[in-house]
Amino acid sequence: MIPPSFAYHRPSSVKDAIGLLAGFGEDGRVLAGGHSLIPMMKLRLAAPPNLVDLGGISDLKGIATDGGDIVIGAMTTQHELIGSDLLGKKIPLLRETSLQIADPQVRYLGTLGGNVANGDPGNDMPAVMMCLNATYQVAGKSGERRIQARQFYQGAYFTALEPGEILTAIRIRPPDEGHGWSYHKLKRKIGDYATAAAAVVLTMKGTGEIGSAAIALTNVAETPLYAEAATRLIVGSKLDAATVKQAVTAAEAITAPASDRRGTPQYRTKMAGVMVARALAQAAQRARGG
Amino acid sequence: MAKSQIALTVNGESVDALVEPRTLLIHFLREQLNLTGPHIGCETSHCGACTVDLDGKSVKSCTVFAVQANGADIRTIEGMANADGTLHVIQEAFREMHGLQCGFCTPGMITRAWRLLQENPNPGESEIRYGISGNLCRCTGYQNIVRAIQYAAAKLNGVPFQEAAE
Amino acid sequence: MNDMTPTSAERAEKLEGMGCRRKRVEDIRFVQGRGNYVDDIKMPGMLYGDFTRSPHAHARIKNIDTTKAAAVPGVVAVLTAETLKTVNLAWMPTLAGDVQMVLADGKVLFQNQEVAFVIANDRYVAADAADLVEVEYEQLPCNVDPFKAMADGAPMIREDLKDKHDGAHGTRKHYNHIFNWQAGNKTETDAAFAKAEVTIKEMIAYPRVHPCPLETCQCVASFDKIKGELTLYGTFQAPHVIRTVGSLISKIPEHKIHVIAPDIGGGFGNKVGAYSGYICAIVASIVTGKPVKWVEDRIENLSTTAFARDFFMLTEMACTRDGKVTGLRCYTIADHGAFDACANATKWPAGLFSIITGSYDFPAAHCSVDGVYTNKAPGGVAYRCSFRVTEAAYAIERAMDIMAAKLKMDPAEFRLKNLIRREQFPYTSAMGWEYDSGDYHVAMNKAMESVGYRQLREEQKTKQEAFRRGETREVMGIGVAFFTEIVGAGPSRACDILGIAMFDSAEIRIHPTGSGICRLGTKSQGQGHETTYAQIIATELGIAADNIMIEEGNTDTAPYGLGTYGSRSTPVSGAATAMACRKIKAKAQMIAAYMLEVHDDDLEWDVDRFKVKGNPERFKTMTELAWAAYHEVPPGMEPGLEAINYYDPPNFTYPFGAYICVADVDVDTGETKIRRFYALDDCGTRINPMIIEGQIHGGLTEAFAIAMGQEIHYDEEGNVTTASLMDYFLPTAVETPHWETDWTTTPSPHHPIGAKGVGESPNVGGVPCFSNAVNDAFAFLGSTNIPMPHDHWRTWEAAEKMGLHG
Repeated sequence: MIPPSFAYHRPSSVKDAIGLLAGFGEDGRVLAGGHSLIPMMKLRLAAPPNLVDLGGISDLKGIATDGGDIVIGAMTTQHELIGSDLLGKKIPLLRETSLQIADPQVRYLGTLGGNVANGDPGNDMPAVMMCLNATYQVAGKSGERRIQARQFYQGAYFTALEPGEILTAIRIRPPDEGHGWSYHKLKRKIGDYATAAAAVVLTMKGTGEIGSAAIALTNVAETPLYAEAATRLIVGSKLDAATVKQAVTAAEAITAPASDRRGTPQYRTKMAGVMVARALAQAAQRARGG
Repeated sequence: MAKSQIALTVNGESVDALVEPRTLLIHFLREQLNLTGPHIGCETSHCGACTVDLDGKSVKSCTVFAVQANGADIRTIEGMANADGTLHVIQEAFREMHGLQCGFCTPGMITRAWRLLQENPNPGESEIRYGISGNLCRCTGYQNIVRAIQYAAAKLNGVPFQEAAE
Repeated sequence: MNDMTPTSAERAEKLEGMGCRRKRVEDIRFVQGRGNYVDDIKMPGMLYGDFTRSPHAHARIKNIDTTKAAAVPGVVAVLTAETLKTVNLAWMPTLAGDVQMVLADGKVLFQNQEVAFVIANDRYVAADAADLVEVEYEQLPCNVDPFKAMADGAPMIREDLKDKHDGAHGTRKHYNHIFNWQAGNKTETDAAFAKAEVTIKEMIAYPRVHPCPLETCQCVASFDKIKGELTLYGTFQAPHVIRTVGSLISKIPEHKIHVIAPDIGGGFGNKVGAYSGYICAIVASIVTGKPVKWVEDRIENLSTTAFARDFFMLTEMACTRDGKVTGLRCYTIADHGAFDACANATKWPAGLFSIITGSYDFPAAHCSVDGVYTNKAPGGVAYRCSFRVTEAAYAIERAMDIMAAKLKMDPAEFRLKNLIRREQFPYTSAMGWEYDSGDYHVAMNKAMESVGYRQLREEQKTKQEAFRRGETREVMGIGVAFFTEIVGAGPSRACDILGIAMFDSAEIRIHPTGSGICRLGTKSQGQGHETTYAQIIATELGIAADNIMIEEGNTDTAPYGLGTYGSRSTPVSGAATAMACRKIKAKAQMIAAYMLEVHDDDLEWDVDRFKVKGNPERFKTMTELAWAAYHEVPPGMEPGLEAINYYDPPNFTYPFGAYICVADVDVDTGETKIRRFYALDDCGTRINPMIIEGQIHGGLTEAFAIAMGQEIHYDEEGNVTTASLMDYFLPTAVETPHWETDWTTTPSPHHPIGAKGVGESPNVGGVPCFSNAVNDAFAFLGSTNIPMPHDHWRTWEAAEKMGLHG
């Protein structure tokens, strides 16, 4: 219940934050919404001697358009994501996902950046970001760079972030207007981590064929999974039963779920498949205007 | 560890205090300010018994450091009653509808209900249930809590309360 | 008398007596956050205690080094078993006749067992220091499987009992055996089975769960060295028992121990017994001379305090071909963890499990229970269970469904055929219990009619056909449960806790101006006693409920009682309240007769006054009589108007109910949606219907959680994998179904106000009802028994095994 001691720092700029982190090395961690880190500290599973609170950095907030992209500040909370009319209109997948994360209180403070950057395989947004082919904008001592979400996740709590780097924004090119989307999450209760979840975005031609698609999976491996093979299988199809079945098999094949109280690995793999099928059906229905 | 100075507003009053960086907001409120209304029911941020209202947000005060609340405007259950000491409509509603038994989840639940009705003054049943999904109760089975919030909403909106048939 | 004079009915309504939906008195402080719970208590100079706990399920302790911990600034002392041995408190007696380590003595026997107790001036410092106690362990093979506990060569859990072949309840047949307890008639039952036309036999497993009240267990112990007095605030459902036990083990005389249970944030049986934290806080206070507070975390609460169930019941039923039950047999293995800390009445190590014949007229029955030790947390009897009644009800209600399926009978019809009939009451069961009252058939028919049972079965049939044709992937289940439970422990000839009979008490004093105070030996943890006991008094004495103060929990002022659990408050202290009222009323009648100059027999009672028969304008209200009691009593009578009653119940009470549940199961994910839940309860006289409904809602929600996913699970190494709220399933408002409540009323003939108690009924009847619904959903495909919990993955696995996933 009681976290270990630490020194607290609250910089007002990204530059200052990076400077502090560089100085602390392994002895420093960022504090975003705190709803992943603070519980870990209370259980004494994490004991960073220095916390760098990003809550005072206004540059990390805000949802803006830039060219054809939408750029979301890393410290944007889930509550703000849900409330954004722009995102609700352009990338409704985000709101649908966000509403299934944790509970109202956690969503008031939990940030998109925190959800995508700490590498927790249970977090929902990473798979959604992979599905949307999002780009993470990152800043560190050696400057700024961009990393594709689909390349970002390397293992449980292990990402492409270098020591001292922080995620500053998430850049997404909205899917074409009229696209279909779905985040189907099987969980033991509302707010739980997924037993298995599937994120789907697709576009449909007037003839009913899938023009483009992306499928990604949450919490059925050490990282979120971009289901490339399953995606390729459905493009060009009309999502007939046989094709969907193949896609499901392909999605199941890439899973390697943990065994926990949510179920056996075998069950969770099968559920990943069920979530893919149901997400595809719902996305297709939405693409058709339903 | 050296203590930090914080200044904030709690239930309308200015507060100046020294806290360790690691001091959780819930402990600051309960131990230093003697506001023992918000409670502690778990250490994994699930139960919501510690819920307070912070800068217009429902927040689990067990998952916030007091230093993060520097400059904040906080309301706890102790600040819910009306200025003249009469109970807030929501507090009355919980009593009217038997929305509590042991009372332990109640401060967090009422504080959350208050913010929920700010977000949505006229929520339906499923919206209420979803809206309080961050607050656990072991005694009531939630049914009368939902009725209490519906009753409060009706009163605040000046409409008659429709008692759903059991 | 004129039109302005209130009628009897109007006067009665103003009193807010029994039967009305009186708003709760305790709410006024709770909705303002002004409850007074243990962690709200602050005393000058108060210190904080925290435990160092074992990561291992079974290990020898080679060494404990407290140096680093003791060196942390702010740490005052560190206690280990060695320290406690100096005051003979390294071990403490349990309520079940066993002994339990307070701090690990040479060995640890379950994960998170207490090893050292750090006392510091700040709770954050105590936590830091607890992490710095260094313990050297030598791990031992562990066993968390009760079926392996009595195998040859099983790891010996209790070396301290190595040479003890006689346990607290008879001979032990193995070093990990605790007791064997039996009830019923084995010979007759075996004979019934030998000639049975149809039999069923099924392992009905009730997994380990935990009551998980929202407030964890905690205390503040303050020993005054100068007076030699101990004040102990704590989360105690049975404060007097804590005082007596505390006195026996600490040797502080009982009159110098003040135990106070303030507001308690839920109990559900978790807060009946004594825990290491209480003992260590007391010792710490004695040692340091300062008050010491101990507050446990949720993980500590779930993994080390009184768990519930863990009963494995091999249940058999014998029946005629046309559906009349003839025999019931049950052999149970009971996993008690590392110490038998069950809070049962002494004579019954398996509680009231022999209620297992339930609501049905079994001519012959026999049950046998073997309790065993494993490397799990100690405890066993908790969680709204009425002393193992939940386990028994689960077994019989599942068995009834399994037998109905074998007979190809509808489960409700099968029950109707075997329910005890109204004419049979008071009914003596094959296990020897005398059920007080009931009209089961009326209740069952009312329930079935209310939900449209026949139409539901028709709908189910249609859906089954659609499933077979591949048109739907959902299966529909209808769960039926008709439970009888046994509560209100209990008659002194049968029940005692550590030798103290299980009576309870009420002491009522009426003040000169007509209001009063009632103190009782029970202790509410949310049941609304401050509201409901006053309603009893209002009806009995004609004093408005608002004018009666109810007090519980302070052992200096409250008369001795055995506390609140097992739904005993209304049956026992409720009776005591009525009896005390009647003594007061009798005295008041004599005063009235004296004042009105008539004979006692010339008076009749009318709501709130004694009137002269045939001359009703001449009356004295209870308020007038209260005043008179302090200055105008008849010659020879003592002044004052008060009475105390210690009520030794002549029998238990037997609430019952008919529950029906409709569930829809998604075969491809294993998700179950509860479409509808209807609960009809008969608790005899209903004191406050609003509070009864609240109890039913709450109990059904706990039952839902248990049936659908709650479990305290250990892996093979003895690690608790469900020790936090991340994994221990507590439903939110989103998952929790809507509850429909209904009732019948058959008063208990032996109870002064005919009331039976109701708090635990929903957990008793709810769990089997949910489980029967899920099982019923798959029964048409040949499934006999799918065990709890019915969470997604296990329901899916059952469907997988049945080949339903193609």
